[in-house]
Amino acid sequence: MSLIEIKNLHATVDGKAILKGVDLTINAGEVHAIMGPNGAGKSTLSYVLAGREGYEITEGSVTFDGQDLLSMEIEERAAAGLFLAFQYPVEIPGVSNTTFLKEALNAIRKTRGETPLDAMQFLKLIRAKAKDLSMNDEMIKRAVNVGFSGGEKKRNEALQMAVLQPKLAILDETDSGLDIDALKIVAEGVNRLRGPERGMLVITHYQRLLDYIVPDVVHVLANGRIVKSGGKELALELEAKGYAEFGVTEAA
Amino acid sequence: MAATEQTIEQVKNLAEGKYKYGFFTDIESETAPKGLSEDIVRFISAKKGEPEWLLEWRLKAYRHWLTMDEPDWAKLHYPPIDYQDSYYYSAPKTTAGPKSLDEVDPELLKTYEKLGIPLKEQAILAGVEGAGDSPSIAVDAVFDSVSVATTFKKKLEEKGIVFCSISEAVKTHPDLVRQYLGTVVPYSDNYFATLNCAVFTDGSFVYIPKGVRCPMELSTYFRINAKNTGQFERTLIIADEGSYVSYLEGCTAPQRDENQLHAAVVELVALDDATIKYSTVQNWYPGDENGKGGIYNFVTKRAACRGRNSKVSWTQVETGSAITWKYPSCILQGDNSVGEFYSVAITNNMQQADTGTKMIHIGKNTRSTIISKGISAGRAQNTYRGLVRILPKAQNARNFTQCDSLLIGDKCGAHTVPYIESRNRTARVEHEATTAKISEDQLFYCRQRGLKEEDAVGLIVNGFCKEVLKELPMEFAVEAQKLVAISLEGSVG
Ligand SMILES: Nc1ncnc2c1ncn2[C@@H]1O[C@H](COP(=O)(O)OP(=O)(O)OP(=O)(O)O)[C@@H](O)[C@H]1O
Ligand SMILES: [Mg+2]
Repeated sequence: MSLIEIKNLHATVDGKAILKGVDLTINAGEVHAIMGPNGAGKSTLSYVLAGREGYEITEGSVTFDGQDLLSMEIEERAAAGLFLAFQYPVEIPGVSNTTFLKEALNAIRKTRGETPLDAMQFLKLIRAKAKDLSMNDEMIKRAVNVGFSGGEKKRNEALQMAVLQPKLAILDETDSGLDIDALKIVAEGVNRLRGPERGMLVITHYQRLLDYIVPDVVHVLANGRIVKSGGKELALELEAKGYAEFGVTEAA
Repeated sequence: MAATEQTIEQVKNLAEGKYKYGFFTDIESETAPKGLSEDIVRFISAKKGEPEWLLEWRLKAYRHWLTMDEPDWAKLHYPPIDYQDSYYYSAPKTTAGPKSLDEVDPELLKTYEKLGIPLKEQAILAGVEGAGDSPSIAVDAVFDSVSVATTFKKKLEEKGIVFCSISEAVKTHPDLVRQYLGTVVPYSDNYFATLNCAVFTDGSFVYIPKGVRCPMELSTYFRINAKNTGQFERTLIIADEGSYVSYLEGCTAPQRDENQLHAAVVELVALDDATIKYSTVQNWYPGDENGKGGIYNFVTKRAACRGRNSKVSWTQVETGSAITWKYPSCILQGDNSVGEFYSVAITNNMQQADTGTKMIHIGKNTRSTIISKGISAGRAQNTYRGLVRILPKAQNARNFTQCDSLLIGDKCGAHTVPYIESRNRTARVEHEATTAKISEDQLFYCRQRGLKEEDAVGLIVNGFCKEVLKELPMEFAVEAQKLVAISLEGSVG
């Protein structure tokens, strides 16, 4: 069964067309990768799926887990199991990672009609997940992303994903900024989440990440459309030849 | 009708000079008529069975008040207050209260529910008739009982601590009251404080003896025989040498009051090596979203750090009232004395707040810290106004001030008005100020993680206020966090 089905999606920002007919279907259990030149619309696609304001959907539809995604509020999409690891994670001064994630998880649980976790239960959970990602206690007590290095921020996104256990995780360049060891650790975290009910959309510029998170399908997004799809060998091919070989001219 | 006739009769009698206390033959009468006059002042004093000196003091204040003008320097706009249109003693119910909770504004009830206030409590707070015939029982109920209060009282007595209403203290500890009352905020201080001197009805009195550390937070909740003293409250706290006390004022539950004008005075005195920590949560009715109704809160709070090494710390969370005019201050007279001011002021809809502090450095090595967090939403206006004054003898005085403003939406305003006057070259004064907005990115990030927009705002604002909220005693802090979030509901989207 398809987890998410994007059909002919068109979106504009400030009157400028960015997505120009994206078609993409991810089935439960699959990992898809999206590659493509700077400015192609990869982040835009992830924002539109997450429901960020400021984008006008001019055409197309998205069905997520049987629901009309585009008619849902941002937090409803999150509760339905959609997670976006941000390309540029946001800082929230004065709010500890623990508080933030506990509030988030319990908000989602509440929407799903599940009982909230108490402070002790939650602490146990977050500590275990942090340990998996080699994050120490000090890190989970600190204010969300405040003063975090680029790599630490990305690792923090991975921690949030591990705690929230989404059905569909969209990772927007989670690998950029990570050192080699961190890349492995985060990739392992992502792989732990893989399962028959879950799907992933991994946006990256580098084939290297796909050595660790092996995708089922690789897509090339250029000029607001998916111009080519293939198996994991497509990533290697792209790395060797660049986008021009695929009839893609650099976006302005 | 009968009441009016009676009043006319009394006025007639007064004109004929028949009554010592003006209008009233019957001291048992529960109310004074509207308006302010020497007779009303005498009536209040007589009602309380006050000694002559206190009556004279009240009258002196009243006469002085007549010569004063209402201050207009604050960044506040409100229609002129008709002081003759108010009741100054035990205001009668002008409109009957709701008969049951069904008649209470559902918005108010929703808020109570969110704060987790039990039903019985809700009825009392909302002023349902007969729900709490004596407000003192109401406050006891908050913490489940008279017995808790009684146990507390016994514990305090063992240590020699006096904690009672100021009226009671006038009777039981007249020397202490006379020695300190009006010494921090003189009767001629300012328009609203002077008015308070003339007509104050009640408030708290605390005395901590030498070397005693008060074993518990003193809260107005626990004050035995607490009366409904809302309008012109007067509080006096004296911490004798080497003593410590933490005092909590207010309540997170939104409180309604038929009296629009509130003018309280709080005086704190800290002697050598004494520490007073004073925490306030103010959540009076702010008026509706169009600015209709709401309390005008003109408060004078001041602390005298008289002794060497004395310390006073003010922490306030101001979320209520239509108008807030309030500058809790410290006079740092003793050498090495310390003054602190931690403030969160939230204004939403049409609320206006002009609040801050004054730190007056007189003694050597005196230090002060000011942390102010102003949050403005809706069409509200929020002003920080602070004075740091270093007098010539204040060698090595230090001040650090940080004023942060947070704006939600683009129709509100935040203003910072710091006054710095330094007359000693060895003094160091630092001032930092920031203004920020809750960014779309932050909201999106929080919502992407599953938080509702309102909860996201609450979380972000709580983070913004953290430095101040952590100064509150534990039991207050949790409630205050919820309150911060609730006060901003409806401010986005
Ligand atoms: N608010 C905006 N106004 C105008 N153009 C915008 C706006 N937001 C995004 N764009 C443009 O949309 C295009 C797609 O941006 P997007 O961030 O989706 O690219 P991307 O594929 O994620 O690129 P990268 O690989 O650099 O992260 C870019 O050309 C960008 O400049
Ligand atoms: Mg991008």
